[in-house]
Amino acid sequence: MAETADHIRDKLIEELAAVHVDVEDTSPNRCAASFKVLVVSSQFEGKPLLQRHRMVNTCLAEELKEIHALEQKTLTPEQWEKQKSQ
Amino acid sequence: MNAIIRSTARCLRAGAAAVYLPVRAGARVWSASPPRRLLCAAADLQKDLGAMVKKDKVVVFMKGTPAQPMCGFSNAVVQILRMHGVDQYAAYNVLDDGELREGVKVFSNWPTIPQVYFSGEFVGGCDILLQMHQNGDLVEELKKLGIHSALLNAEKESK
Repeated sequence: MAETADHIRDKLIEELAAVHVDVEDTSPNRCAASFKVLVVSSQFEGKPLLQRHRMVNTCLAEELKEIHALEQKTLTPEQWEKQKSQ
Repeated sequence: MNAIIRSTARCLRAGAAAVYLPVRAGARVWSASPPRRLLCAAADLQKDLGAMVKKDKVVVFMKGTPAQPMCGFSNAVVQILRMHGVDQYAAYNVLDDGELREGVKVFSNWPTIPQVYFSGEFVGGCDILLQMHQNGDLVEELKKLGIHSALLNAEKESK
C-alpha cells in the first residue's frame, strides 16, 4: 500500500508532538515512493541532528519499508521561527 | 525450508567470493586487504561492517560509484565531499550486493542509502551531510579526522 502524505503528517504530529509538519511527495509521478518532510517539534530541543532524524525514522519505521527515500528537515520551534523571519 | 535453501545459497556465495572491495574515489589506492567473509551468518556481515567502517577515515555506502553515482542522494554526498577536497575515501556500492544493502541498514539502524561514516562513527545520510556542510560542522568534523577542507583554502583566497 502506498503511504500518503496525510498519513505521514498525522503520524508525525501525533507521535513527535510536532507543531508544524510539511510533507511533500517528491517521487517523479507522485507515486508516494519518496517524500520530503519538514518537522517542527519541541522534542528536538537539545538533540543533535542525527538523533532528531532517528526520531523521525523511528516514528515512520513502518512507512519506511515502502518509502524509497525520505528527505528530512528537523527544527525546534525556535529554529522554525528564525527561519521564517529570514 | 525456503529459509534454509536461501541461507545455503548465501553460504555458497560467501564461500566463493564474498570480499568487499571499496572503490577508491581518489587516484591513490591503499593496499590494505579487504575483510573476508568466510562464514555464512548475517552476524558475520555485521562484524565485517564493523571492520569496514573503521578501516578508512571516511567511508560511504552508496548507490553506484563516486565516478558514476546511480542516485541523486548518493551523488549529493559525493559532490559535497568533493567540494571539501575529500577524494580519498572508501565507497561501497550497495547495488552490487543485496546483502550489503540490507546489512548496512541494520548495522547503522538507518533506513536509507547513502550512509557516511567518519572514523567508524555513523555520521548520517545525505540530508545530515548537507546540513553539516551548510552550517560549517563538516569542516570541523573533517579537521578532527586530520583532513583539511579545501573550502578553507577557497575562503582564504577570496579574502
